[in-house]
Amino acid sequence: MQWETVIGLEVHLQLATRSKIFSGSPTTFGAEPNTQASAVDLAMPGMLPVLNAEAVRYAVMFGLGIGAEIGRRSVFDRKNYFYPDLPKGYQISQFEAPIVGRGSFEIQLEDGSTRSIGITRAHLEEDAGKSLHEDFHGQTGIDLNRAGTPLLEIVSEPDLRSAAEAVAYLKALHSLVTYLGISDGNMAEGSMRCDINLSLRPAGSDTLGTRAEIKNVNSFRFVEKAIRHEIDRQADILEDGGQVVQETRLYDADLDETRSMRSKEVANDYRYFPEPDLLPVVIDEAFIEEIRAGLPELPVEKRHRFIAQYGLSAYDANVLADSRDLADYFEAVAAACGDAKIAANWVQVELLGQLNRSELALAECPVAATQLGGLIARILDDSISGKIAKQVFEAMWQGEGSADDIIAARGLRQVSDSGALESMVDQVIAASAAQVEQYLAADPDRRKKLVGFFVGQVMKLSKGQANPQMVNELLAKKLV
Amino acid sequence: MITLRPRCLLGQRFPVQKTMAIEQDEIEKIAALARIRIEPAQVGQVTRRITEILRMVDQLQAVDTSDIEPMANPLDATALLRADEVTEVNRREAFQAIAPAVENGLYLVPKVIE
Repeated sequence: MQWETVIGLEVHLQLATRSKIFSGSPTTFGAEPNTQASAVDLAMPGMLPVLNAEAVRYAVMFGLGIGAEIGRRSVFDRKNYFYPDLPKGYQISQFEAPIVGRGSFEIQLEDGSTRSIGITRAHLEEDAGKSLHEDFHGQTGIDLNRAGTPLLEIVSEPDLRSAAEAVAYLKALHSLVTYLGISDGNMAEGSMRCDINLSLRPAGSDTLGTRAEIKNVNSFRFVEKAIRHEIDRQADILEDGGQVVQETRLYDADLDETRSMRSKEVANDYRYFPEPDLLPVVIDEAFIEEIRAGLPELPVEKRHRFIAQYGLSAYDANVLADSRDLADYFEAVAAACGDAKIAANWVQVELLGQLNRSELALAECPVAATQLGGLIARILDDSISGKIAKQVFEAMWQGEGSADDIIAARGLRQVSDSGALESMVDQVIAASAAQVEQYLAADPDRRKKLVGFFVGQVMKLSKGQANPQMVNELLAKKLV
Repeated sequence: MITLRPRCLLGQRFPVQKTMAIEQDEIEKIAALARIRIEPAQVGQVTRRITEILRMVDQLQAVDTSDIEPMANPLDATALLRADEVTEVNRREAFQAIAPAVENGLYLVPKVIE
């Protein structure tokens, strides 16, 4: 049977505040265990939470970024469960009245098409600590540095239909939250963690099948692999006439499979109730409008502008608008050289390629946007060929200065002096009697191919600096 | 049978039942969730006492609250927020001095594996 995959994602996003959501402890990643866990984070008796204003502001920024309703009066609730990395015995979260209501945003797929994905809600909550299960004489070690780090849990509608769409959604979300500056988006450090809800149904059906939930998948690649694996697993069960069990599964990246989490004695029953230690958060129109006015241009808007303003393809616009830094860099290159399409090419192929090979982030790039723009300008005014330009780019990467400096220092300027070129062309023709004869005997089609030999020889003679267009014109004149 | 969900606490519309009974196995489940040990001999007594409390809740359920907005907090006040500033210093040594077991800066607890 043909199955349709239905996926909804829950993303836990760590917000980039300096201090925790309910205490004044720092949130720096990688500190010595328990050095960033205060009396509030440890749930010492009598401690009370006080909400971080910045966490509220970030949540509202996200809400406005997806065009969602903002909860004007949002309430915190206790989600009760026992686990040693949650010292209070409950997590402060939001249940009935989340801060961000229904919204949506646009994702772009590999083929350039776009889809709108619904967001059910997003709510503020605190992160738990970390349990280290390595053997401490048969005990578990607890690090509470992460306890109380602000999280925004973003719940999507079951609108995604494949692993590729789920990854596109996560990338778009990553792009959005880093544009907004509300999270560092560092997946390796757990800043964006994902739970996957997945079910299958016969193609054409509009009722949902039984879903399994895959917990805590932490990279785009693992999300894709976990989904592919889970689709196969559920399809096998259904094809054999079986039924999918509603359960929580874990993705094991080493084995590339999902497996059932050992079910607890009692099914989860969180017994949510309103957190008596926190008053309702009231957000007024002025607060929202102030935040709205300060929002940056968002990825989708930028993508559309790049297409309209610079005539870029949807694909190029998507790559270049992916991060704010890259988009800014590209626009600076385009402004410096005056040709956005060539700028787009150079940024994507040469610059990103070199960054990748050197394993550098854009922020660490040794070539400034104005430098790259200056280099492209020299291609556009025929000072150098595209091939020589790559050489200049290499030199630039090594810190040899501006394009003009490098071209001058290395004597790379393209030879466009017709006298000098003519003598080189004459020299090549004189040294290639056999090829000239062959050329003259050939029909026009074949001549087009054979002329390449002469161009190549001239380029060699000029050490790549001859203006290829002029060489071609001269050859056409001389080879008669 | 009752379900302890916020809506009943929040006074939202809730189906009014004649008597709210609670079964013994439910008491055992709630006790397990709350990590409260109830000796088997006590279960019957606890069940009866909770049933009495729930009778009082029954009386409250009889009030028509359909026009009343749920109350999240009895105080007529809203949250005061704090500025995003680090105000805490590292007091690990003091906190770990009163912990039953620590090692390498970690708190040690009986082994848990999910």
